[in-house]
Amino acid sequence: MSDPKTLINREYKYGFVTEIEADAAPRGLSEVIIRFISKKKNEPEFMLQWRLKAYRRWLQMEEPTWPNVHYPFINYQDIIYYSAPKSKKDGPKSLDEIDKELLETYEKLGIPLEEQKRLAGVAVDAVFDSVSIATTFKEKLAEKGVIFCSFSEAVHKHPDLVKQYLGSVVPYADNFFAALNSAVFTDGSFVYIPKGVRCPMELSTYFRINAADTGQFERTLIIAEEGSYVSYLEGCTAPIRDKNQLHAAVVELVALEGAQIKYSTVQNWYAGDKEGKGGIYNFVTKRGKCAGNNSKISWTQVETGSAITWKYPSVILQGDNSIGEFYSVALTTNRQQADTGTKMIHLGKNTKSTIISKGIAAGHGQNTYRGLVKVQPKAETARNYTQCDSLLIGDRCSANTFPYIEVKNNSARVEHEASTSKISEDQLFYCKQRGISSENAVSMIVNGFCKEVFKNLPMEFAVEATKLLGVSLEGAVG
Amino acid sequence: MLEIKNLHVSIEGKEILKGIDLTVKAGEVHAIMGPNGSGKSTLSQVLAGNEAYKVTKGKILYQGKDLLKLSPEMRARQGIFLAFQYPVEIAGVSNAYFLKAALNAVRVHRGLEELDAMEFLQLMKEKMKIVDMDPSFTNRPVNEGFSGGEKKRNEILQMEVLEPTLAILDETDSGLDIDALKIVAEGVNKLRKPDRSFIVVTHYQRLLDYIIPDYVHVLIDGRIAKSGGKELAFQLDDKGYDWVELEPNAGTATLDR
Repeated sequence: MSDPKTLINREYKYGFVTEIEADAAPRGLSEVIIRFISKKKNEPEFMLQWRLKAYRRWLQMEEPTWPNVHYPFINYQDIIYYSAPKSKKDGPKSLDEIDKELLETYEKLGIPLEEQKRLAGVAVDAVFDSVSIATTFKEKLAEKGVIFCSFSEAVHKHPDLVKQYLGSVVPYADNFFAALNSAVFTDGSFVYIPKGVRCPMELSTYFRINAADTGQFERTLIIAEEGSYVSYLEGCTAPIRDKNQLHAAVVELVALEGAQIKYSTVQNWYAGDKEGKGGIYNFVTKRGKCAGNNSKISWTQVETGSAITWKYPSVILQGDNSIGEFYSVALTTNRQQADTGTKMIHLGKNTKSTIISKGIAAGHGQNTYRGLVKVQPKAETARNYTQCDSLLIGDRCSANTFPYIEVKNNSARVEHEASTSKISEDQLFYCKQRGISSENAVSMIVNGFCKEVFKNLPMEFAVEATKLLGVSLEGAVG
Repeated sequence: MLEIKNLHVSIEGKEILKGIDLTVKAGEVHAIMGPNGSGKSTLSQVLAGNEAYKVTKGKILYQGKDLLKLSPEMRARQGIFLAFQYPVEIAGVSNAYFLKAALNAVRVHRGLEELDAMEFLQLMKEKMKIVDMDPSFTNRPVNEGFSGGEKKRNEILQMEVLEPTLAILDETDSGLDIDALKIVAEGVNKLRKPDRSFIVVTHYQRLLDYIIPDYVHVLIDGRIAKSGGKELAFQLDDKGYDWVELEPNAGTATLDR
């Protein structure tokens, strides 16, 4: 039997560009640019000051070199930090005022913004390059007191909440990319679920990079008050370009007493071509804080895109009995590289965390799991269960696992299991002998491998994720 | 149905089959017996299209066409089924999902409509009764955690569902207790019909007490050393394989009687 071959044609169906006039900042980064962005967004003084503090801190920081990924030097002065589709008025008041081109873009992406066409039960915030262009179902959510809007709008309408929580989970000085984001972030989503409210629908943000040479720096902040619940979904795509583009986002989640936040991501940024030309650098800081007792934060991610992925959705388990979960599927094919995992920081008593990570490497893909489980002295009877599995397709890819465990309390129980397997010729032959084609066999085996993660995704997302893996692996075997 | 002519097969440069001639007509059951390492499993794998085995000489015609030109999945879709000696485990993929994908691949090839989940489960349920499998196996991952006997029964279940034209059973009896053996044999016997043929590969005569073959061939060192009727199996059971090797004219057996 021939060796599984590298992926030959990977079709990326979201690789188109929308021709639209943009209002953009000049290239480069300086205090002038930051003031420009803040002014464009008509921000209150506290935001500008926060950005400038972050920027000054960033100047003193160094780009991290510890991730197991390799890329050429990024020239931060060659990036455009602000790009917005030009609108005639100050901002669209309703969907009727949104540029037709933009609406069509989202139609093509399968995210029709006209509310009546939306899947019942999902509200969408659409972020195009640097700005949020529409948020659906706002009124319906408002009836329950749920705030779901663009970050810019939140800065104006809910400055106290923003002031209180912005940077409370990911401080601006947290790391190089978080500092950069804090200085230049342009938009993102803001969610506030009041006390005792179960959010009546799934909330979702759809991120789209369109303009060339533009970085996307969005920020998401979700606050779940006591006893509330929210499920939030995030999807991402970008045009095919042969230059790399930087995406450095920050996501902060705050769960107060008894609150639950479920955060799901299907990341499908453009991954570059088969030689590794182009694609998104996805350098993202995502962190949740279980601030109250009995709270729960659950991250589920399916990472199939981006040339390079560097992200560790983490949970700080501060409240007693709080629960943190991380379910991840990361796929790397062609020349893609991923260094991803999580950090579970146990501070409170009887806190629990679960980590299920599934890494799939094909072609020349390089896949690294990096995780930290930290149990602090006061975290009595903390528990963690970690399972890291890697699946290799072909013999030119690689998988690595770097689990770090720090336990400072004797009553803690930490379990770690890891495995690496290959799709064997025997498995493929068995499937083929039953009439199943190689490609279907691979996709079936891979989906089986990811099952424990997919079952944590909301239904429509699970279907999309399954399809996405199928498309991504097309041609991965000969 | 199947015509094998002067078949030579090597794996990793080593010749395993050294000139096999075998004709299987529609509706016939042929048993291939022989000691370990004689090439029985190699023959099964080659018929199913395992590319690890290289055919260096000879040809195989299936339904009058050159079988060696077909990919394994095309052979399967055209009705060749191999019950594996060592069925493979597939984690996370349910038995039902796997078998439905297989059946629909075969059905599409035959120009039939795909079965939906409900129709398929109905069919699978019926067939599971035949091989006495517990319904819980529907949702268990393919062969994962199955006992040896359960794996073999699962193979027969797949055969029942896929309804092949030519079924090859590779040491399906190994690892089966007598009850399971009877169940498997009964399943096979129910499938016997004039336009379906079987090649039953086995080391022991035991299985042939329940699946009565039309012909028995003894494979020794990559060649068919002796062919005969079902009584040959009993002789082998009495005298062992050494007896065949002592036959003066071994290797020249023909099938046409």
